[in-house]
Amino acid sequence: MMDFAYWLPIVWAVILVAAITIYVILDGFDLGIGMLFALERNQGRRDVMVNTIAPVWDGNETWMVLGGAVLYGVFPGAYATLLPAFYLPIVLMLLALIFRGVSFEFRIMTRGTAREALWEVGFMAGSGIAAFSQGVILGGVIQGIAVTNGEFTGGALDWLTPFSVLCGLAVMCGYALLGATWLVWRTTGVLEASCRKWAAWLAIGLFAGIVAVSLWTPLLHAPYLRRWTDWPNILFVAPVPVLVVVLGALLAMGLRRGHSRVPFLCALGWFFLCLSGLGITVWPYAVPPSLTLWDVSSPPSSQFFQLVGTAILLPIILTYTIYSYRVFRGKVTEADGYH
Amino acid sequence: MQTAPDLALLLARFQFAFTVGVHIIFPAFSIGLAAYLAVLEGLWLKTGRQVFLDLYRYWIKAFSIVFSMGVVSGLVMSYEFGTNWSVFSKKAGPITGVLLSYEVMTAFFLEAGFLGVMLFGMNKVGRGLHFAATCCVSVGTLISMTWILASNSWMQTPRGYTIDPATGRFMPDDWLAIIFNPSFPFRLVHMGLAAFLSVAFVVGATGAWHLLKARRVGATAREPVRVMFSMAMWMAAIVAPLQILAGDAHGLNTLKYQPVKIAAMEGDWETEGRASELLFGIPNMKTERTDYAVKVPLLGSLILTHSLDGKVPGMKDFPRDQRPPSPVIFFSFRIMVALAMLMALVGFWSLWLRRKGALFTSPFFHRVAVCMAPAGFIALLCGWVTTEVGRQPWTVYGLLRTSESVSPIVLSSMAVTMTAFVVVYVIVFGSGLVILLRLLGRAPEEGEHNASPAHAADVLATHTHPGIAGPIPGEGA
Repeated sequence: MMDFAYWLPIVWAVILVAAITIYVILDGFDLGIGMLFALERNQGRRDVMVNTIAPVWDGNETWMVLGGAVLYGVFPGAYATLLPAFYLPIVLMLLALIFRGVSFEFRIMTRGTAREALWEVGFMAGSGIAAFSQGVILGGVIQGIAVTNGEFTGGALDWLTPFSVLCGLAVMCGYALLGATWLVWRTTGVLEASCRKWAAWLAIGLFAGIVAVSLWTPLLHAPYLRRWTDWPNILFVAPVPVLVVVLGALLAMGLRRGHSRVPFLCALGWFFLCLSGLGITVWPYAVPPSLTLWDVSSPPSSQFFQLVGTAILLPIILTYTIYSYRVFRGKVTEADGYH
Repeated sequence: MQTAPDLALLLARFQFAFTVGVHIIFPAFSIGLAAYLAVLEGLWLKTGRQVFLDLYRYWIKAFSIVFSMGVVSGLVMSYEFGTNWSVFSKKAGPITGVLLSYEVMTAFFLEAGFLGVMLFGMNKVGRGLHFAATCCVSVGTLISMTWILASNSWMQTPRGYTIDPATGRFMPDDWLAIIFNPSFPFRLVHMGLAAFLSVAFVVGATGAWHLLKARRVGATAREPVRVMFSMAMWMAAIVAPLQILAGDAHGLNTLKYQPVKIAAMEGDWETEGRASELLFGIPNMKTERTDYAVKVPLLGSLILTHSLDGKVPGMKDFPRDQRPPSPVIFFSFRIMVALAMLMALVGFWSLWLRRKGALFTSPFFHRVAVCMAPAGFIALLCGWVTTEVGRQPWTVYGLLRTSESVSPIVLSSMAVTMTAFVVVYVIVFGSGLVILLRLLGRAPEEGEHNASPAHAADVLATHTHPGIAGPIPGEGA
C-alpha cells in the first residue's frame, strides 16, 4: 500500500498535466479564433472562422471540466486551496466562457437584429478574457500561494502581480497564435493569407513572452532556479530551450513557404514544451511553494478506483474524439454553408 | 447582528443555489429533449414518414440552444464546489470528486463528441451513423444524470465510507455501497421522470400554441403540430401518474432516512400516530408551531405511512440546530405536489378528449396546455429546493455541517461575484429564453424547405451553419 500511495499521485500528476495540455491546445485555438474576431471584420469570413470549430468546441471545453473534476477527486487538497486562492480570476474566466459558449448559437440566432452585436462582442471579449484569466491563474500557481495548515490563508488579490499579468498576456498571445495557425490549416484565400500575417506577429509576441516568463520564473523561488541550473539536472532540461528556438525557426519557415499544417504543429510544439518546462519547474509541488502532490492527494482507494475507469475510458474518449474531428476534416470555405 | 463570516456563508449558499438552480433546468431539458429527438429520428428511419423528420429538425434547433446553455452553466458547477465549498471538497472530494470525474468521462465526452455529428453531420455521415450519434447524446445525458444523482444521494444518505480520524476526510471503502446508497434509486427515477415530464409539457404547450394559432386564422394545424401535441399528451398521461407513484416512494424513503426533513416538509412539530395533513399553514421555527393550519384528519399518516395510525415524526424530536427551515420546504413541497396533480389531470383530460376525438379541437384545453408549459420545470425546481433545503444544516447528512464546509472567501469577493453572476445570468439566459421562445413561436412545417431526406442535413445545419445569411428560414419576416 505504501508503494501505491507513492506512485498513484505521480501517475495522476502525469494524467492531469496531459489533460491540461490537451485542453490548452484544443480550447486554445477556439479561444484564439474568438480573439482574432477583433482583426477580421468581414462577416462571411468570421462565419468561416466559427464554422471550423463549431462542431468540436464543446468537446474541447470538456477537457477543462475533466481537469476540474480530476483535481477534485484525485488532488482534493489542491482543488480546495487553489480555487479559493484564485476565486476572482476563476469566476471571471467562467463568466467569460459562458459568453463565449453561448455566442456560437446566439450570434446566428440573433442575426439581423440589434442584439447580434452583443454576441459578436461576447464571443470576442469572452474568448479574450477567458484566455487572460487562464494565463493569470497559471502565473499565480507558479508564483505560489499562502497556505497554512492545508488551507489558503492569503488575500483576495494576492494573485495579481506583474508576473501573473505577464503570463496572462503571453497566454492570450499564444492562444491567438494557435487560432491563427489553425485557420491557416483549415481555411483558404483571403482569410488564410491574413492568418499567415497575423501568425507571424503573434509568434514574435509569444516568443518574447516565453523568454520573459522563462527568465523571470527561476527568480521567484530558489528551488525553481536550482531545478534548471544544478548538475546533472541541466543535462535533462537543456534541450527544452533549444527545442523552443528550433520550433520557432520551423514555424517562421512554414508560414513563409505556404505550408498548411507545419505552423499549427509548431505552435502545438511550443505549448507542449512550455507546459513541460512548467512541470519540470514546479515538480513535485501541486500547490507551490508548500504542498506536494502527496500532501494534497486523496486516499489510494479513491485514486485507484478512478485510475481503473480512466485507463478504460480515456482511450475510448480519444478514439471517438478523433473520429468526430475526422468527420469535419478538410478546408472550410464560405461556400460551405450554401449547398 | 450577523457577522461578516455569517453573511459570507449565506452568500456562498445563495450563489451556489442560484447557479445550480439555473443550471439544472438545462440538463433536465436536454435529458428529455435528447430522448425525444432519438425517438423522432428512430421513427423517421423506421416509417419513412416526413412528419418525424420535420419534427426532428424543428426540435433540434431548440436542443442546440438548450444544450449550449447547459454546457456553459455546468462548467461553473464543476469549479464552484472548490471555490465556495473548499472544506467540503477537501473532505468529501475523495468520494464526490471521483463520482464527478466518472460523470465527465462517461457522459460529458460522449455528449460533446457526438453533438457535433448530431447537429452538423447528417450530410457527412450515413443515416444510421447519424441516428447512432443522436442516441449517444441521449444516452450521455442519462448517464450524466445517473452519476450526479449518485453523488447527491450519497451526500443525503452516505454509505460505504470511513472517516479518517486525523484529517476528517471521507475515505471510500466500498464503491458499490457509495453509488447505490439507499436514496439513490428513488432520486434517480424521480429526477428522470421529472425531466421527461418537463419536456413533455414544453412540447405539448408548443403544439397547443400552434393549434390555437391555426384556429385563429381558421386553418387546420399542420400534421407536425398535431403529432407533437399528441405525443406530448401521451407522455403526460403516462408519465405524470408514474411520477406521483415515484414521488410517493421517494417520500417513504426520505421518511426512513431523513425523518426531520419530512417533519419540516409537513410542518409537523409533535410525533404522532393518526396524524393529520396540513393543506396550508405557516411554520414558525421560533415558537415551534405552525400557524393558520388547515388540516385534513388522518391524511398525514395515510400519505406518509400508508396506514391510518402510522407514526409521523415531528420536528420537536430533533435538536433545534438540526432542523431544516420548515417555512421554505413546507411551501416548495406543496407547490411541487399541486403541480404534479395538475399535470396528471391534464394527462387524463387528454385521454378523455382523445377518446371523444376532440384532442385537436378543444381550444380551452389547448389554452390550459399553453399555461402548463413551465409546470414541469417549476415542479422540478421546487422538488430540488425541498430536498436540498430539507437536508440542511448538513452538506454530508448528519456528518458535515454546511457552516463547516465553506471556503475562506471574504465577504467583499463573494458580493462582487454574486452581483456578476446575477447580471451575466440574466443577460445570457434571459436572451436564451427569448431566442428559444422565438424559435418555438414559429410553427414546424410539413416538408419545410422542400427538403428531401438526403438534403435534410443542409436544412438541419442552417441554424448554426452561418453560410446562409438572413433570419432563420421559415421565421417569416
